[in-house]
Amino acid sequence: MSKIKTFSVGGIHPDKYKITSDLPIRDAGIPDMLYVPVKQHIGAPAKILVKKGDRVKAGTLLADADGIVSADVHAPASGEVVKIEEIVGEVGYLEQMITIKTDGDEWEESIDRSSDLIREITATPEQIVGIIRAAGIVGMGGAGYPTPIKATVPAGKKIDCIILNGIECEPYLTADDRLMQEKAEQIIIGAKILNKALGIQKAIIAIDENKPHAIETMRKLTRSYVGVNVAVCATKYPQGSEKQLIAAVTGREVPPGCLPVDVNCVVQNVGTVYAVYEAVQKHKPLFERIVTVSGDDVKNPGNYRVRIGTPASYLIEQAQPLETPGKIIFGGPMMGTAATNLAAPITKTTSGILLLKTASVLDPEQTACIRCGRCIEVCPQGLQPFAITGHVRRGEYQEAKKIHVLDCMECGSCSYTCPARIPLTDYCKLAKYEIRKKK
Amino acid sequence: MSEVIVANIIVLSSIAVAAAIILYFAAQKFKTENNPVADEIAAMLPQANCGACGKAGCQDFANACAAADAESFARLYCPVGGAGVMNTIAGRLGYSSAEHEPTVAVLHCNGTCENAPDKVEYIGLQSCRLANRAFVGKTGCPDGCLRLGDCVRNCPFGAIEMNPQTGLPEVNPDKCTSCGACVRICPRGLYEIRPRGKNGVRVYVACSNRQKGALARKNCKAACIACMKCTKICPEVKVENNLSHIPATVSAEAYGAELAANCPTGAIIYTGVKDEQD
Amino acid sequence: MLKISTAPHFYSSTDTRSIMRDVIIALLPAGAVAIALFGIAALTTLVTAVAGCVFFEYASTKWWFKQPPATRDLSAVVTGILLAYNLPCNMPVWMTLIGCFVAIVITKTAFGGIGKNLFNPALAGRVFLFISFPVQMTTWVRPHLFDFMNTDVTTSATTLNILKHVDATSSATQLTAKLDKLPDYLEMFLGYTGGSMGEVSALALLLGFLYLLYRKVVSWHIPFYYLGTFFILTGICWLTTSSPAVEPVTHLLSGGLLLGAFFMATDYTTSPMSENGKIIFAVGCGVLTFVIRRYSSYPEGVSFAILIMNAFVPLIDKYAHPRIFGTGRK
Repeated sequence: MSKIKTFSVGGIHPDKYKITSDLPIRDAGIPDMLYVPVKQHIGAPAKILVKKGDRVKAGTLLADADGIVSADVHAPASGEVVKIEEIVGEVGYLEQMITIKTDGDEWEESIDRSSDLIREITATPEQIVGIIRAAGIVGMGGAGYPTPIKATVPAGKKIDCIILNGIECEPYLTADDRLMQEKAEQIIIGAKILNKALGIQKAIIAIDENKPHAIETMRKLTRSYVGVNVAVCATKYPQGSEKQLIAAVTGREVPPGCLPVDVNCVVQNVGTVYAVYEAVQKHKPLFERIVTVSGDDVKNPGNYRVRIGTPASYLIEQAQPLETPGKIIFGGPMMGTAATNLAAPITKTTSGILLLKTASVLDPEQTACIRCGRCIEVCPQGLQPFAITGHVRRGEYQEAKKIHVLDCMECGSCSYTCPARIPLTDYCKLAKYEIRKKK
Repeated sequence: MSEVIVANIIVLSSIAVAAAIILYFAAQKFKTENNPVADEIAAMLPQANCGACGKAGCQDFANACAAADAESFARLYCPVGGAGVMNTIAGRLGYSSAEHEPTVAVLHCNGTCENAPDKVEYIGLQSCRLANRAFVGKTGCPDGCLRLGDCVRNCPFGAIEMNPQTGLPEVNPDKCTSCGACVRICPRGLYEIRPRGKNGVRVYVACSNRQKGALARKNCKAACIACMKCTKICPEVKVENNLSHIPATVSAEAYGAELAANCPTGAIIYTGVKDEQD
Repeated sequence: MLKISTAPHFYSSTDTRSIMRDVIIALLPAGAVAIALFGIAALTTLVTAVAGCVFFEYASTKWWFKQPPATRDLSAVVTGILLAYNLPCNMPVWMTLIGCFVAIVITKTAFGGIGKNLFNPALAGRVFLFISFPVQMTTWVRPHLFDFMNTDVTTSATTLNILKHVDATSSATQLTAKLDKLPDYLEMFLGYTGGSMGEVSALALLLGFLYLLYRKVVSWHIPFYYLGTFFILTGICWLTTSSPAVEPVTHLLSGGLLLGAFFMATDYTTSPMSENGKIIFAVGCGVLTFVIRRYSSYPEGVSFAILIMNAFVPLIDKYAHPRIFGTGRK
């Protein structure tokens, strides 16, 4: 038994509310209308290839990646393209979306729809990267960074291990947990595929302590795969953050302003790795994902397999809110976005939809800082949020920069823990915004 | 007794000498170079240190003048000293002083509580810059005022105040020095420094929404719907990206009342003469 | 209407009020011991101090500084209790109220209220009283368990007072006579000794501090380094001079050291925020306490040591940073 691993500085222990971790993944079905955004990733929006009136099948390429940092977008179900225009997104801004009126679930012929497990990896490394690119796979943990870039070794760099991020440290979310329990072997094969693409042997599946079933399943299976190991990490937020995870698993710390590759690591979300398996072994592009629908305001929480572009309201209807929700969050409660528009679609990076009661999202009353030092204690990056806040309140953004506000990853630990309810994370965000603006 | 006095004199003198030496070296080490030209210009300035020019004070403004070339000098203006002072400075520097019309900040949004009712409730840190990143705004208009008052808090002259009835910030022309702090702070660029106009008569489009008319109207009754009526009244008015723009050169006296009266949504604001005489 | 805010959408249940409530709970054992030993007089002083502090906090913020009073956060109650614990139980009521005024109005609200005061309010109040009314501040009541009308007033010295004058005694008989008056360790640990009403019982203070640790209200750093530094310094001094005046265990258990280390030096507002800052602060407190107790004319140095170190907190905060992730190591 290996030791339980974690990162050294900071971290918080919010209540977990993992009420859906024992509920099997259900198919959410196909809504009448799908709204597929052309930008679901970091980088340039994809170039639209279809036009109004086109008939598409599930897996048909709708939009082509525009440049290296971009990703393809595929049709999530069969139907007719009825509209290509700007539609209001989750936070109210207009986004370019392709609207598909669905008429069934016909898939492209090339996709292997069987449930057979294909263990043998026949594709060459170059082919693998090509397939991942063509499948439009992006980091599904939330950032949406195009995966093909992370499946190639940058010139002059060395990578010696892939870390599979199976840590869902956000409260409520269980999508990755369920995926690891139900599709464990596929994820391991996906890891071997990425290993092959990078030309290395080592992959570590990092899972946090509060997922005993996933750990057990993975442990059992990894015995028959060379080079794949399970690392059990402490249940602590933000354990799932890339830098903190690398520090926990390998003991290497990514210096400020550097990428994981600078310490010879690559971190991939387990959902992403599963998508890689499906793309390479089953020729299936990324057009569906697992979404946790939960919160304290749902009668029927669960984990759903959802087509990209499904409106959130369609899922909310299935989950049956108990009362009019006070807040609806796309993602987790620590870093997710509060949505203004419920008709907004699920994208490749939406890991959960949370419905919270009005009573549980009251605006906390802000009081004076009592200098308790909790924000310093919990900051995983070793920053001093209270000092940054002081500088921002006085408008001294350059001073805030000197105390490394740019290293802030906006995990929200300081705001969560502040007994005076000062929105410290907001001040850090503001400082980063002002510093970047001045550049 | 006498040796005590002598000893005291010697000790105190040596302390004085030592202190003088330390002071001398400190002065050498921390010497600041002052531009003699800047000092000369500073002497010409009113020395009110009001910051109305947008600089930290008169010395700062003088430094900026001394460092400026002909082109950037034209952008510097001391509203307190006015044209007289600027001409003197220009004479000293050998530049020509640009004609400078008095200006004021105007807000290109009329999304009042009534025109654009709140659709959601925003809780948390009251900051437009933050809210702009987090979501579209309470009103749903992606280009309109977020009504959280970053401009109010950041106006160095207290010239902007939140009107509790409309929910919108209001610029007090008497206090506004057109320093441009609001232009820089507003995440949606809703402020513009515009000529005050004779007797404070101005006409401008109080809308920045570039959405199509129907979409814009859904969120705000006072949105510009690009109906082109204003272009017919005055040919200088341009409509681009579904948004009308009245250039500052349009005579407010000649067209203002008519433009405002004929705008079907009330997006054009005409500040009548009587406004400033009150 | 949907609510919108930036992330995070969750908050911990700990707030200023709950922290202060925990501190009050942690201070209860010492209060119970004080009332048990010193009777009704202790209760009077305690109630006066708490009521005085709350009143001054409310009145000064509302009518003088024209701000919404923050008495709801219970911090004035904590100050009141700590001030009372630092006073002899038979303190006249009007003097206690003067102490409250100095603590709350001059040291706290005049600086901007909770979180902005430079000095620990309770200690500032105590030191003010100590300098203004030295006689009343050093007239102790001899403890009598459960004698609630206890009026056994004595001007005889506290443990520290005895120790202070040990070195000055010339003859051996005098010395033994003096040392005989010293309470033994158990008496000191339980609080059966003269002194300010809150500081006598080490056991009660320790219980309260363990509760604070359990509730994660304070970290162990400041008390550990404070007491550790002090213990080591007195220990070295004791070993080299073998004078009973610096016997380290007696020093540790007597006077306001434990009360100061557990509850005063750990005060959030007047101690550094980062971990290494806390260590610097605590070591400084330890050294100063030792220096004052050993070399000054005062028998007790905890209040002065902490107040002096309070003044250094802004400086320490400026230079003692936590380690930025990804730098400094490897």
